[in-house]
Amino acid sequence: MSVRVQREPFDLGAELAALTEGNHAIGGLASFVGLVRDFSEDTQLSAMTLEHYPGMTEKMLERIEAEANQRWQLDASLIVHRYGRMEPGEGIVLVACASAHRQAALEACQFLIDWLKTKAPFWKVEEDDAGAGRWVDARESDDAAAARWGRADPDAAE
Amino acid sequence: MARLLYFAWLKTHTGTAEEEVTLPGEVTTVGELLAWLPSRGPGYARALEDPKLIRVAVNQEYARPGDPVGPGDEIALFPPVTGG
Repeated sequence: MSVRVQREPFDLGAELAALTEGNHAIGGLASFVGLVRDFSEDTQLSAMTLEHYPGMTEKMLERIEAEANQRWQLDASLIVHRYGRMEPGEGIVLVACASAHRQAALEACQFLIDWLKTKAPFWKVEEDDAGAGRWVDARESDDAAAARWGRADPDAAE
Repeated sequence: MARLLYFAWLKTHTGTAEEEVTLPGEVTTVGELLAWLPSRGPGYARALEDPKLIRVAVNQEYARPGDPVGPGDEIALFPPVTGG
């Protein structure tokens, strides 16, 4: 289990290779990468900046990851979340889960991304071509995606 | 003294990311804090205008309106999160 919050880009291939290295009991490795889009509704975007709450971010990500490891039999899991300014095409977040079988890996991976989107304290500012910034509103669809995993709200209170 | 942190657009309105505040005697819960903060100035009133958009964490744990706050606490106010 591991969680990292960093400004630097991540190397997907290197991260996945390191996650499974030396463990040949792993039969399935699922990953999700969130990327910066160049559009938002009707606006063309040139960049995005992610602010976060250092300390609480790591704590929430670790808790969500621990919850996934309780629910599914995982051999390895990883969350890397970036902050700071990013341009379209760059990776924002990487979630990866490895297990003996595909179902646990795939489900845990989706659980992690659904939950972190509603619990990890990150906020996006979108920047348009003119350089103007706009705070992004939370989506109700994200809450619905997290809610379908049932109770097990990793930190309950809200 | 309690340490108050503001994130995202709340910080834009309050004009500060972080401050040490002496909580008045009547402020002992998250809900009471949210009711008191707007009286500190127009920026605070604006930031807290729509209570539905405010999330609170006390000592880095999500908190409910009835949860206690007091001296020494780190209390963060922020809008719904938009990471990932």
